[in-house]
Amino acid sequence: MTSLAAPETVADAAALLVAGASAVAGGTDLVVAARSGRRALPEALVSLHRLDELRDIDVGPDGALRIGALTTHADLERSELVRSGWAAVADAAVLVGSPATRNVGTVGGNLANASPAMELGAPLLVHEAHVKTSSGVVALEDFLTGPGRTALEPGDLITHVVVPGPAASAYVRLEYRRAMEIAVVGSAALLVLDDVGGIAAARVALTAVAPTCVRAPAVEEALCGATAETFATAAQLAVEAAEPISDVRASERYRRGQIPVVVRRALERAYERARR
Amino acid sequence: MTHPLSLTVNGVGYSVAVDGSATLLATLRDELGLTGAKEGCDDSECGACMVLLDGRPVNSCSFLALQADGREVITVEGLADGAEPGPLQRAFVESGGIQCGFCTPGMLVSATALLAERPDPSENDVRLALAGNLCRCTGYGKIVEAVMSAAAELRETDG
Repeated sequence: MTSLAAPETVADAAALLVAGASAVAGGTDLVVAARSGRRALPEALVSLHRLDELRDIDVGPDGALRIGALTTHADLERSELVRSGWAAVADAAVLVGSPATRNVGTVGGNLANASPAMELGAPLLVHEAHVKTSSGVVALEDFLTGPGRTALEPGDLITHVVVPGPAASAYVRLEYRRAMEIAVVGSAALLVLDDVGGIAAARVALTAVAPTCVRAPAVEEALCGATAETFATAAQLAVEAAEPISDVRASERYRRGQIPVVVRRALERAYERARR
Repeated sequence: MTHPLSLTVNGVGYSVAVDGSATLLATLRDELGLTGAKEGCDDSECGACMVLLDGRPVNSCSFLALQADGREVITVEGLADGAEPGPLQRAFVESGGIQCGFCTPGMLVSATALLAERPDPSENDVRLALAGNLCRCTGYGKIVEAVMSAAAELRETDG
């Protein structure tokens, strides 16, 4: 037996979470895990579906993108705003599950579930996103603390993701099939070019090769002041940030070997966009 | 713990009471007697349970029924023209897009959403729209053909 409350304000939802209930948005992690018997459904649920204030995608006066926590992957995929200025985020959204998954799975849920293979992690890391909760704001890299673990305190609710920008970016993953797939290895890249097409600044992040999605600072440093000819060599340095494991999808060795390939592809795609 | 739930399914309003853990699929099948949507994997992988929620396909097996409160659901039963099959359903029969039939309701529902949004889809659009629907008879070729031919027929009728 499960009780389900559907509050209409963030304050009411937060109060129920403080009292010990668990939040559910699209249910693509929580309910699916319960149906498959991996993890029982909590006895008290707070469904967030009536919190319409958390459903918007807009740009603030400072030029930053504000994504409401209840924005679905389908909303991201269809947003002209996201595709034009934060393309890596749209690239990642379109790769999630199937159309049905994307219609219900939310940004807040993807962050709270904190899978090391989460598609939105690396794109939001290269765009240096912050996670806004009912109690404060935290940088995404501090928010993701381990596999399935976040800095969310009991009673906290994710309300928005704030993404500075816009900037040219791309996300690429290695996959065995097109749909209902999870990244084997993924990488996001963000590039700022100088007047002659050289690289003024680069940010690179990795998916599914460490306990959380992580930045690859050695690649970023190597690319700063360099040109596109150095992508393949710089991408080799990404393995320094990785601690891959062997699981059902790939061995540790295979993942390690594919990291430079996927990073190079992400850099090339971001470069193409940066030159437009 | 049961909570009241009011929703519209295929244009008909229903009011029931369900537990907080009840899925939309279980509610449709067991409470409302609409057995068109199927329970396949019960894990959101196969798409046999696909229904439209406010026009968008969702896997009803892992969608909490209470989250559909006040919303509009269309199941495969809602795709017929009265007692006759609708144009998409006819195309599935005519193209041989049905083998065992278990995936068919979900395929029809996903394809309906596609054609509503994109009346002139490419074959790739159809494959992407049906990416979350598995056919274990592997009859994909005929299914894609059926959707393409229904799209052409619908364009003619509407145009």
